[in-house]
Amino acid sequence: MDHRPQAWGRPRDDVYGAYDASYMNTNLPNQHTQSPIVTGTSVVAMKFKDGVVMAADNLASYGSLARFTDVKRLRTFADTSVIGFGGDVSDMQYLDRHLTELGIDEAYQSDVGGHNLNARNLHKYLSKLLYHRRSKFDPLWNHLLVAGMDEDDKPFLAAADLLGTTFTSPSLSTGFGSMLAQPIMRKYVPDEASVENITKEKAVEVIKECMKVLFYRDARSMDKYSLAIVTKDGVELSENKLENQSWAFADRIKGYGTQTV
Amino acid sequence: MFRNNYDNDSVTFSPQGRIFQVEYAGEAVKQGSVVVGLTSKTHAVLVAIKRNAEELSSYQKKLFAIDEHVGLAIAGLTSDARVLSNFMKQQCLSQRLTYDRAMPLEKLAALIGDKAQLNTQHYGKRPYGVGLLVTGVDETGPHLFEFQPSGLTQEMLACAIGARSQMARTYLEKNLDKFADCGRDELVRHGLRALKETLVQDRELTVENTSIGVAGLKEPGKKALEVFKVHDGADVKDWLNSVADDAEAGGETTEGEGMQVDE
Repeated sequence: MDHRPQAWGRPRDDVYGAYDASYMNTNLPNQHTQSPIVTGTSVVAMKFKDGVVMAADNLASYGSLARFTDVKRLRTFADTSVIGFGGDVSDMQYLDRHLTELGIDEAYQSDVGGHNLNARNLHKYLSKLLYHRRSKFDPLWNHLLVAGMDEDDKPFLAAADLLGTTFTSPSLSTGFGSMLAQPIMRKYVPDEASVENITKEKAVEVIKECMKVLFYRDARSMDKYSLAIVTKDGVELSENKLENQSWAFADRIKGYGTQTV
Repeated sequence: MFRNNYDNDSVTFSPQGRIFQVEYAGEAVKQGSVVVGLTSKTHAVLVAIKRNAEELSSYQKKLFAIDEHVGLAIAGLTSDARVLSNFMKQQCLSQRLTYDRAMPLEKLAALIGDKAQLNTQHYGKRPYGVGLLVTGVDETGPHLFEFQPSGLTQEMLACAIGARSQMARTYLEKNLDKFADCGRDELVRHGLRALKETLVQDRELTVENTSIGVAGLKEPGKKALEVFKVHDGADVKDWLNSVADDAEAGGETTEGEGMQVDE
């Protein structure tokens, strides 16, 4: 009789030889996403006097390869808010499913309606979710923009990143957009007060300009993009293609590709 | 010793389809001193009579603030009410932390309803021996929910639970149509009048034994909130005085229906 409890239930060493414990090894380190794989690039958004405009292109890159060219990176929530996803596309899809479930649960809980989560509620929830995951060392590799109306029907725009850090501003963008698009948008809405002077048409025009600049200078972007306009009347989500592209400057660029000086 | 064989636990039906332990828990509510709740389009009000165990002791609290926008009135076992009250406080805080919003009252009522119902379906557990009136204001306006030990929760326009609460309910039913358009103070006065109906001979509402809780909208149609506040002692004096005048007139109505005069 082997009196050591750790040996009980195991093949006997004297009959089968020493047991190779490595087969049983469950102590491998947990494998978490340590870097994004398939990624979406910038999301840009800015407020105007009655709402928020947001845009993101339809490309999902696999490294530098333009792998998927019809990926919608904006989604609506409860027909009142829009969420834009930058970063890992699989994590975006996870969040998408999660938000669908949340939306259904919320809609069921109140049979009168009227208790739908607004953009502020949604942003708070998502930032807590992202922070929770980063605290498990298993972050959701995304940078989110949340747009909609708050409880007073004022435009609401805020960002949350994979660490759970949150920002809010009259204009916001993720990824490359924070270098290229943010300065353009800030010219029009440097502060909350200036939002009152921006019409919907102006905001759409600025966002389209930003998407064009991003397409010219961001190598992980493409010329098809989703554009969402959120007002207190709901969400208008449309698919767009960049108009009036000009590549006249292209033949003056030297030093790349197959050309010989 | 036992009234019958089917009241030893809360999981056994009697042949008539009753669960006696749950009904007994309902009796505990009727032992508690009376609380009245009522709502208008803009306000939710709770009024309660506090009891003191003996002359030398303080009065047992009847009204509790759960969150900025929610308040609670209890009738029955105070210690059971504390468990539910702490649970509700936690749930309200958790809504504020994860969603940055005030807990919808409908949701809160459903939560305690579910919690209480579990106790009526598990061997070795007992129902809560307390009834609650949960009031407050959320984004859909003022609400009043009644909670019973069985786990039943229902939204009410006005409600009274506790000892002799039938008298108060009769008053509320009679005056129901007036409540919706009442202002804050008028609604409190209706609550106090309902409370008075329940009083036994030669007892009256005093600043010591009356509690008033109010939550509401600062202006109709606006979001700004008058947060739930419990008024005790000197704070309720003016309200009490304002219904003291019709005390004599009200006294007659308690004598019998035949004595009632036009209002």
